[in-house]
Amino acid sequence: MDTAPADGLITSAWLLIALPLAGAAVLLLGGRRTDRWGHLLGTGTVVAAFVLGLLCTLQLDGRRLDVELFTFMATGSLDVQAGLLFDPLSAVFVLLITGVGALIHVYSIGYMAHDPRRRRFFAYLNLFVAAMLLLVLGDNFVALYVGWEGVGLASYLLIAFWHERPSAATAAKKAFIMNRVGDVGLALAIFLMFAQLGTVAYDGVFGAVGTLAGGTVTAIGLLLLLGACGKSGQFPLQAWLPDAMEGPTPVSALIHAATMVTAGVYLIARCAPIYDETPTARAVVLAVGAITLMIGAIAGCAQDDIKKVLAYSTVSQIGYMFLAVGLGPVGYVAGLAHLLTHGFFKAGLFLGAGSVMHAMNDEVDMRRFGGLASRMKVTFVTFGLGYLALIGFPFLSGFYTKDAIIEAAFDRGDGWGYLLGGVAILAAGLTAFYMTRLMLMTFFGRPRWEPGVHPHESPSVMTAPMVLLAVGSVLAGFLLVVAFPLEAWLTPVFGEPEAAEHVVAPLVVSILVTVVMALGVLTAWLFVGRREVPVTAPVRVSAVTRAARRALYADAVNESLFMRPGQWLTRALVFVDNRGVDGAVNGLAATLGGSSSRLGRTQTGFVRSYALSMLGGAVVVAGALLAVTAG
Amino acid sequence: MIEAPDLSLAALAPLLFVFGAACVGVLVEAFAPRESRHPVQVAVALVGTLGGLVTSLLLAGEGLVTAGGALAVDGPAVFLQATIAGLGALSLLLFAERSLDPARSAFVAAAAVPAGSPRDRELMTAPRVQTEVYPLTTFAIGGMMLFVAANDLLIMFVALEVLSLPLYLISGLARRRRLLSQEAAVKYFLLGSFASAFFLYGLALVYGATGSIRLSAIRESAAGAGGGVLLVLGLALLVVGLMFKASVAPFHAWTPDVYQGAPTPVTAFMAACTKVAAFGAILRLLYVAFGTSEWTWRPLVYGIAIVSMVVGAVLGLTQTDLKRMLAYSSIAHAGFLLTGVIGYGSGADGTGSGLGPTMFYLLAYGLTTIGAFAVLTLVRDGDGEATHLSKWAGLGRRSPLTAAVMALFLLALAGIPLTSGFTGKFAVFRAAIDDGAWPLVVVALLASAVAAFFYLRVIVLMYFSEPAVDGPTVGVPGLPTTIVLAVTVTATVVLGVVPGAVLDLAEQAARFVG
Repeated sequence: MDTAPADGLITSAWLLIALPLAGAAVLLLGGRRTDRWGHLLGTGTVVAAFVLGLLCTLQLDGRRLDVELFTFMATGSLDVQAGLLFDPLSAVFVLLITGVGALIHVYSIGYMAHDPRRRRFFAYLNLFVAAMLLLVLGDNFVALYVGWEGVGLASYLLIAFWHERPSAATAAKKAFIMNRVGDVGLALAIFLMFAQLGTVAYDGVFGAVGTLAGGTVTAIGLLLLLGACGKSGQFPLQAWLPDAMEGPTPVSALIHAATMVTAGVYLIARCAPIYDETPTARAVVLAVGAITLMIGAIAGCAQDDIKKVLAYSTVSQIGYMFLAVGLGPVGYVAGLAHLLTHGFFKAGLFLGAGSVMHAMNDEVDMRRFGGLASRMKVTFVTFGLGYLALIGFPFLSGFYTKDAIIEAAFDRGDGWGYLLGGVAILAAGLTAFYMTRLMLMTFFGRPRWEPGVHPHESPSVMTAPMVLLAVGSVLAGFLLVVAFPLEAWLTPVFGEPEAAEHVVAPLVVSILVTVVMALGVLTAWLFVGRREVPVTAPVRVSAVTRAARRALYADAVNESLFMRPGQWLTRALVFVDNRGVDGAVNGLAATLGGSSSRLGRTQTGFVRSYALSMLGGAVVVAGALLAVTAG
Repeated sequence: MIEAPDLSLAALAPLLFVFGAACVGVLVEAFAPRESRHPVQVAVALVGTLGGLVTSLLLAGEGLVTAGGALAVDGPAVFLQATIAGLGALSLLLFAERSLDPARSAFVAAAAVPAGSPRDRELMTAPRVQTEVYPLTTFAIGGMMLFVAANDLLIMFVALEVLSLPLYLISGLARRRRLLSQEAAVKYFLLGSFASAFFLYGLALVYGATGSIRLSAIRESAAGAGGGVLLVLGLALLVVGLMFKASVAPFHAWTPDVYQGAPTPVTAFMAACTKVAAFGAILRLLYVAFGTSEWTWRPLVYGIAIVSMVVGAVLGLTQTDLKRMLAYSSIAHAGFLLTGVIGYGSGADGTGSGLGPTMFYLLAYGLTTIGAFAVLTLVRDGDGEATHLSKWAGLGRRSPLTAAVMALFLLALAGIPLTSGFTGKFAVFRAAIDDGAWPLVVVALLASAVAAFFYLRVIVLMYFSEPAVDGPTVGVPGLPTTIVLAVTVTATVVLGVVPGAVLDLAEQAARFVG
């Protein structure tokens, strides 16, 4: 794991970040002048970054290269060097972000063609790409944190892009707040590392983590996990991700499916040396992954909004990845492979959903779709391939990568291994159910369109990226697992793979998963495909369906646990403030408009109560000090 | 025979410069003809403060006690004096802006004329401007610079009064909304006197307990016998007096009213310079005089920091007026600064402690906050500045540059990375964590998450809302305000992206002599 100084083209890896950042700057500062060519510039910078990233990756040859940039802070004990780390792990992420990012930029040219603020949209997208690249390329935790906040900001701006819809504004707020909770965890983890080890550089931290007390490492691991949960929409911070679908669909595809939400997986994989030292934190990662993948899968079964189904599916699939990286060395590669294939097929599915919405006047309710297969052939075929890849149809992407995770779970060998493997298989069945339900409701059956809707295929600027992503969905699993194994590529990062001792033969697992998947598909056909789909959702449904519709009451829990107490605190403080010490906000109009006598009266009243509050404070201060000295 | 105390004139140069300029200002007021007074006064005040800035920079690395032991010219004193002088000069530039208000000045022409009287209405549109505010402000700046260098409690008290009295006055000099401004001044005066009384009583108790007003002597006495209840009570009252000036909750009640009522350039001056001066004195009092009884005041400061952060952040959420919102932001920032104070560290002279980070934070916060208030002076409607939040809706569309500058300052106040606010927060939180105060940092991070919400709300309002129909106009700033904005924007970005040099400087300056 030795780091060498960068050479060759890789010394200019900073350009990867600088290009999209410059794009964002030009588009934001250039104003209306750039309206006509802004989208082309935005797309160009990301394509250029992809080409550069590809050339850098070809030169990498399994090394870990450090690109020194400048000294960010160096004072006394605080020494933060701003540098980039280009290693096989970050290279994989660079290619995913710029590759899928470039395709989605192209798609957005068509999707946002009629939006008056298209330039701004591309500026935010570029900003996101730059921040995300910083996140995966930084060689220390502070750089990661800067990128982490940057993607959060871009995500916030993009969810609220159609801010004239109240639901979009609320969703953005929710995403922002839940992410802040996670960010606090990440910030604390960084502070804790710094306090204990005196450094925030990856090399320094990972080199010295073995010297720390067990409890400290566990605390760091859990705080990092909190950060990861916030960003990746994992339990208990999963509720923002489905709401984030209020943003334009390309945003859902790029940020809330393929890249940003996988940052948590990146964080945990990058911090493998920390989790190696703390089995407790690793077990919690495992539990979070297992719980989330079930929550996502169950909630996905009862949604009627096409994007919400895909969103819960994302939550669930990232749960698989957390489960994998929580398994330890045996799972890292499996988790990352699934992350990459998921990046392809989920981005493709979202673009397909966007294409459907485009055709249906932005309708998202699947009960209003139906029979679209014949009207939108390209969308149907590409979406169908993504669907097959997601449910793990044999020899497509998901089949290879999801099976690897389930095998790794069984390979733990103990009772927990069987439990986790069982959960993962069950969720695979649920995945097949809700995705088949989505396919049936959208593309098959009798059309249930609103009057005046005339579905049509999208322009080729939108379908071309969908086709490319569909090709990726089909081939990526085979390429990453069999043809050019990701395992070998990542060996410099995670060490030599151990020779796996399979508890359950891989073939048995594959067959089992395939059978469960087939059962899921069959059940979906029995429940949805055979009958007429009602245009309005049935009201009299079982308790299970009701719970699933409400995403297992995540919002209700959040509201009663956090939002209400927070509101009470604010109200109480405001009440005390108004009555006790600070009537001036409300008194302002009265003060100005009222007669002088009244003015005089209120004035002395206020100062008196201010002084009283100060006196009270002083008494408390003196009392506390005396108590401290006495005690 | 009384021996003359030793005086190092070189070490006193910054103070002499500023106080000298203030005295010259008084003479100018008396003798210069009215037409030429304004430019002359501005020039005198700027020469004085910039002279103070330059001379204090030249003193960097100094560490001596002078004026018979009454003044300590050491690293923190010099760093904070330079900060105050620099921020003071920027505020004076805002005072001198004459092209924004149609009435040519933010200050009332004749403060003694009753508000609303015929004469007052007549003067409202007259070209006459107030010029006494320049020497007054220069005196206040001098008082602040003395405050951070005071090595005994009496000098500290004198400095406190020298800086406070002009502030009370100039808060009441707004040209528009005069009643509100006068009300603010009276409130500030009454409560300020109250706080001064606390300080004075504390001084008396500490003198009674230790027999000295010299900080170093108090330290020795506290380390030895302990001093008992009298000393502790004295400490409590001194802390209350200083916390009032630093607008730390629960001694913050005056802040929103005074910030709102005072003319905006004065608010900018108070928010930046008073905060720096008050924290300079708090640091010196706690680290030098009570450094050995660290465990007495630590729990207290810990608690106050939490109260201040929570009150500032939560009450900031419900504000609808930008000046009041920034006032609550200032209260929350006072709490963040106290987390730096908590990081006392191990060095007896303050090395390796929260001292350097806190001083950096003060500089960064001061620059950002002056910038933010400068932007407030630009956005106006018929009644002067339009500070109600609703007026700022859609400003991003109407005036992209103004909105972008304001957004930068708000992001810095929220502590978003790559702005000076992030660096400062990172540094003070680290100091607190180093000293084991991680629960405090948890609260601080949560409070900054809450506070970030109301800063971002303004940004969202500026960019994502339809412009108000009767929206305000954005004035074209004259040269002084343009300079202020250019300096503060540059500093906010530079201290966020490459803060190394300045952090280093603060760290090197973090050595008290006593």
